[in-house]
Amino acid sequence: MVGFGGRASIRIAFLTPAAVLMLLTLVAPSAIIVAYSFLTHGAYGGVERPFTIENYTRLYDPLYAAILWRSLWIAGVATAVCLALGFPLALFISRSGARKNLYLSLVILPFWTSFLIRTYAWMFLLRDTGLINTALQALHLIRAPLPMLYNDGAVILGLVYGFLPFAVLPMYATLERLDQSLLEAAADLGAKPRDTLFRVMIPLCAPGIRAAAILVFVPCLGTYLTSDLLGGSKTILIGNLIQNQFTASRDWPFGAAASIVLMAVAMILLFAVRRRGEELL
Amino acid sequence: MSAILELRPILELRKVSKRFPGQYAVKEVSLEISRGEFFSLLGPSGCGKTTTLRMIAGFETPTEGEVWLNGSRIDSLPPYRRNVNTVFQSYALFPHLNARRNVEFGLRRKGANEIEARVRKVIEQVRLDGKESRMPSELSGGERQRVALARSLVLEPDVLLLDEPLSALDPQLRKQVRAELKDLQRRSGVAFLFVTHDQEEALSMSDRIAVMNAGAVEQMGSPQELYQRPRTKFVASFLGAMNFVDGIGVRPECTLIGKESLGREGAGRRAMVTRCVFLGAAIQVEAKLEGGEVVIAHVASHQSATETFAEGEPVQIWWDSADELRFA
Amino acid sequence: MKWPVSSGQWPAKTGDRGQRTGASVLAWYALLIYAFLHVPLLILAIFSFNSSKFTVWQGFSLDWYRAAFADRDLIEAAANSLIIAACATVLATMVGTLAAYGLWKRSSNWLAGSMYLSLVTPEIVTGVSLLAFFQWSFRFLHLRLGMHTVILAHVGFSIAYVAVVVMARLRGFDPELEEAALDLGATEWSAFRRVTLPYLMPAIAAAAMLAFTVSIDDYVITSLVAGIDSQTLPMVIYAMARRGVNPALNAVSTVIVVALGAMVMISERLRRRA
Repeated sequence: MVGFGGRASIRIAFLTPAAVLMLLTLVAPSAIIVAYSFLTHGAYGGVERPFTIENYTRLYDPLYAAILWRSLWIAGVATAVCLALGFPLALFISRSGARKNLYLSLVILPFWTSFLIRTYAWMFLLRDTGLINTALQALHLIRAPLPMLYNDGAVILGLVYGFLPFAVLPMYATLERLDQSLLEAAADLGAKPRDTLFRVMIPLCAPGIRAAAILVFVPCLGTYLTSDLLGGSKTILIGNLIQNQFTASRDWPFGAAASIVLMAVAMILLFAVRRRGEELL
Repeated sequence: MSAILELRPILELRKVSKRFPGQYAVKEVSLEISRGEFFSLLGPSGCGKTTTLRMIAGFETPTEGEVWLNGSRIDSLPPYRRNVNTVFQSYALFPHLNARRNVEFGLRRKGANEIEARVRKVIEQVRLDGKESRMPSELSGGERQRVALARSLVLEPDVLLLDEPLSALDPQLRKQVRAELKDLQRRSGVAFLFVTHDQEEALSMSDRIAVMNAGAVEQMGSPQELYQRPRTKFVASFLGAMNFVDGIGVRPECTLIGKESLGREGAGRRAMVTRCVFLGAAIQVEAKLEGGEVVIAHVASHQSATETFAEGEPVQIWWDSADELRFA
Repeated sequence: MKWPVSSGQWPAKTGDRGQRTGASVLAWYALLIYAFLHVPLLILAIFSFNSSKFTVWQGFSLDWYRAAFADRDLIEAAANSLIIAACATVLATMVGTLAAYGLWKRSSNWLAGSMYLSLVTPEIVTGVSLLAFFQWSFRFLHLRLGMHTVILAHVGFSIAYVAVVVMARLRGFDPELEEAALDLGATEWSAFRRVTLPYLMPAIAAAAMLAFTVSIDDYVITSLVAGIDSQTLPMVIYAMARRGVNPALNAVSTVIVVALGAMVMISERLRRRA
């Protein structure tokens, strides 16, 4: 039994660096933010006592409630579009035989090459003097430029563009593991292709679809860059609000409270969508 | 008139071939299955029996030839338009539906009437009553197979295709399920096309068997015909053991072995015992003839048996010339 | 939509014409989506070679590339980003690999949970939390925001990415190989170093590249914890983008996209070498 003590300590040694870093970069910061959300903002920034729940009650203000709803709405639409566009693509890749890896790479590639730049690309395309408007005008299809940038639609487009690969990958993973004989059995029993799709394939892909929904919705809910660069003056979302409080407005406690609310919404959704036995990591 | 229609085969394959890049999986297979018949496709792995089954079900299209079901040609129809159903080797039960909903599935696709009544009846037929609400993961292997059977039979197909349905079961269960399956087939009156590599299964259950090898049918006939009058060496050795001597074949059960001259007509052949294997009810004695061939004979193992054999002993081998088999 | 045909053959060679059109509809759709994903970046690249500032093609030119490389702030920010990414990558890869291995041998719900949390938390929340924590700690530590806080932040959020990639590879590893090593006289650490680590190398390399790309591209968290003195490449790019469209930005973007794209491709190749 001597070895046992040694073994346990080696295993813990492997985990210690990560544990320390998680403490420093996740646990402690979270604790601080929770604490700050109950404090009051100082005259020159920073925080000070007294403890209060005013930061949270302030969020009930219609102005801020509107921001929350708008964020939920935009994230919801973006997620729905990602799922709808992503599923057929995931299906295509799972059926492409030998070229699967190539097609997968083609999806992953744009995703990992700078989110910031990919958002800028849409600025370039959508603005009044951008490519799309210039082209449409040159073809005499429109007279004046269409205002495609700086509105909710542009933000949704930017979000879909940014997170589509996030939706495709988990759906592809479940589709790939799907037992083909189940689809054959459905056809054998008289199901036409559409029946097989809706009654067998999609229900069996539910775990992947749920994972995709979460992987897209949560980052979209907390988006900052996309709404900042592509959104209009009305498109202030939670992410922008929080960022504002910690920079220009210098109201850290209020920003902290908004952050907690954002995290709470994300957590609720995560737990609502999880099923027993599905792995996370 | 209807009597004549009854005589027409329910399933016909006319010179059906299937070619994959580089090879023929199935070569000009022709066969006919009658209404209510239990027909087996028997052969080793890779002989093309599963491919043939899939062409009947509609998951593969024949490269050449025609498939006829109940008087109409079906080889260009998708599976959901053919009146055949398949019991898959892994049963392929829908994991997200319970037993009853699995069985209902086909009827719901068709929008049939009286779904509940028909489903209840077939569940009783396969003796699954009480277990309809269970999910496939909560059922045993044998129960899952019965759900798969019920799911297909409730649709009253012209032919039921079964792809090695017993291979996923425990060996002890297999013998029992064999009897149940045969019984079910007789009661339902549906023609069964049974694919297997196990010759004992095929021999014990079938009305007729087609033995396949390397994509072609080597011989087709009743179990007795195939066993007692095999036409090729392959069929002879696939359906039971075979002793080959000087170009003829003799079954071990027709091969007699003894230490002295057995006192029969004709001289016996001299041989030397190479090995004795205890099989339980019998002892398998292997002996090498002067010409080098090894033959097998079975001897009773019970204690009052008169002769025992040991390695290296000289023996005499004898068989009745009427039991000799010659091959093409 | 079509049901799949056996033996992995696609599209089906069956007689039902409906199925064949189903397959080609899916293929055309895929083409459209791939175009949607890639064309915007291609356009950015094309117009980075445009001699004019306007969105009308007026001739090929490398002027914007020259302008970008002449911009000292830009180059300095790029250098900062590379340093930060290099440090963060090395640290995160080491810590993340050890953590993945440690979790594989002995699961720790809270550690796995916190890593999952770090993956799932929106960047803005991570950023402000870190900012608040750093500022609070500076009361005792007499430090300021700078490259070191950025590196720490990057290591923090990259560990989870590394761990996910390495753990995926570990799932295919037979624990009996380590046990065999122990049986033959190796110590635990020796078994890890000589048996498991070589097996994990492709995944570790892939994870490192992943951590690098994530670090190089991060804007939200970095901008919050960088302080006034350090500028990173994304921060400069963001400022340029905020000011409006600028062909020099197209040039910078193209360079970055090509470089990162190459890295990602190599990373994927390594990851698949199972």
